[in-house]
Amino acid sequence: MSCMQTISDYGLRSIGIGERLLPTTDFTLCQQFTLIGSGMIWNIYFGVLALAAGFFLATAVALGKASNSLWVRKPSEWFIFLFRGSPLFIQFFFAYFLFLSLRSEIEFFQPFTAAWLGATIVLFLNTSAYAGEIFYGALQSVPKGDTEAADAYGFSGFTKFRKITWPTMMRLAWPAYTNEAIFLFHATTLVFFSGFPAWRQQGDALYYASYFADKTFNPFVPYPILAGYFILLTLLVITLFGLVNRRLNRHLPQHSRSKIRYRPKLMR
Amino acid sequence: MFEYCTNPDTLSGLAWFSCYVTTGKHLSFFTSFGTVLVLLAITAPVALAFGFGGASMARSNLSPLRWLGKIYIAIVRGVPDIAFFMFFVIALDQGFEYLRHQVYCPDWDQPIRQGNDFIVCTAAKLPLSTSPQWVHEIYGFFLAVLTFAIVFGAFAANVIFGAMNAVPKAQIETAAAYGMTSRQTFWRIIVPQMWVYALPGLSNLWMVLIKATPLLFLLGVEDIVYWARELGGTKHERFTDYPHGDWRMWYFLVLLVFYLAFTRVSEVVLNRWMKRLSRGQATAGGEALRRAAT
Repeated sequence: MSCMQTISDYGLRSIGIGERLLPTTDFTLCQQFTLIGSGMIWNIYFGVLALAAGFFLATAVALGKASNSLWVRKPSEWFIFLFRGSPLFIQFFFAYFLFLSLRSEIEFFQPFTAAWLGATIVLFLNTSAYAGEIFYGALQSVPKGDTEAADAYGFSGFTKFRKITWPTMMRLAWPAYTNEAIFLFHATTLVFFSGFPAWRQQGDALYYASYFADKTFNPFVPYPILAGYFILLTLLVITLFGLVNRRLNRHLPQHSRSKIRYRPKLMR
Repeated sequence: MFEYCTNPDTLSGLAWFSCYVTTGKHLSFFTSFGTVLVLLAITAPVALAFGFGGASMARSNLSPLRWLGKIYIAIVRGVPDIAFFMFFVIALDQGFEYLRHQVYCPDWDQPIRQGNDFIVCTAAKLPLSTSPQWVHEIYGFFLAVLTFAIVFGAFAANVIFGAMNAVPKAQIETAAAYGMTSRQTFWRIIVPQMWVYALPGLSNLWMVLIKATPLLFLLGVEDIVYWARELGGTKHERFTDYPHGDWRMWYFLVLLVFYLAFTRVSEVVLNRWMKRLSRGQATAGGEALRRAAT
């Protein structure tokens, strides 16, 4: 079987298009590259969705934590504490079994036990908490002069936030937020090892990598392939977030722009 | 456990519950919390040692050693950690068996990798197929500790490397002016002073390490996650004295609370340490303490 044939058979296997059976004997390098790459679709799906939705909740949580009202501040602090203080792995398990027991009561929760929805919700809440803490830190370091100048120019309320506070907050938070994004993509590999079943063997990159490692009893091929894919993904994220960073800092002189440094927070 | 537990069918309410949570399996569940603590207690110092070694290597004068140290730090950071956990457990196991195979069976002529199998002679198997169950468990735990130490050692190396570079240059120049060799400077000037710079990073690492312990489950150790799944599942009357529905959600809620409490306590203790270490130091934290005192 030629490599092109393998790619057309297994290239979209992780979303259920192509050959139904996974290869069981005579594993070729091409098969491993194709299937693990196909699994990356799920990693990107989880990461992009959770990040895009989490951005808004994170902003809300950061503002909530900085709020003067006790009724807003306390829930925000607890939300951040709950998701940052416990392991993501346990959060996945808990959410899966929670959805499972809800499903037996209410029909509506049927799709929540599937990874595509349930895991996305957990990742969304998790990244909101981590990014919320980052945004909160940035909000606290917005220079006092900026807001005072805004007051002097007659800005107030939402306009002041939208035009003055928020852009500065983003600018300060962006390097840390980039690392959070990289880190979130790494965290997506946990999904199929934490209760959520891989329906019809449609899993993510690590799911297929461990499938090959189990079958061939040789970890030295699939895991380095997975590592290669993730390094590429990391570089892509750094590039994209770097473009945004450039736009956020475009009014500053070249040398005083903050550079994005790759410093992931390891694990959650 | 209790005397009134002999006939669970007659019990109800609190009495039933007190008997339920003291069954033999539940006692194993509680011991597995100990397993997690033991893992942390062993891994933290070993990882710190790995980190210290890695950082010292990364600033060595010999270029091959330096490259090795830098590669060790860089490689673990770019890839999802869980991939490393799954990789190292098999790789280390096969590595050990391969080495023993070379020692114990020198005249074995077949290749070790035959198609999809990894075959070593019986004497080289780890643990030996004749050994009792507890040896297998200890070996599995040992592999897990080593894997954790390698991965977290790289993170710690990164932190310590940064801390060593953060020691004020004037200190090192003064040491040179006093005629200390680079070895003396390292042990007498850099190492004692770097800890205050390393502590914020290391305490972050400790929190991360706590939150990584549930991954023991993936390494095949019977830890809290294993028992929570096992005990929480639906139990039918035919197989157990204490039938119940699917309680896994509640078991994982208990784990969630356990971890939240653990990270919270660690946070408070580490903050107290940081305050003590910052006293009299020429850092922002030390300066803040000095101002608050006057």
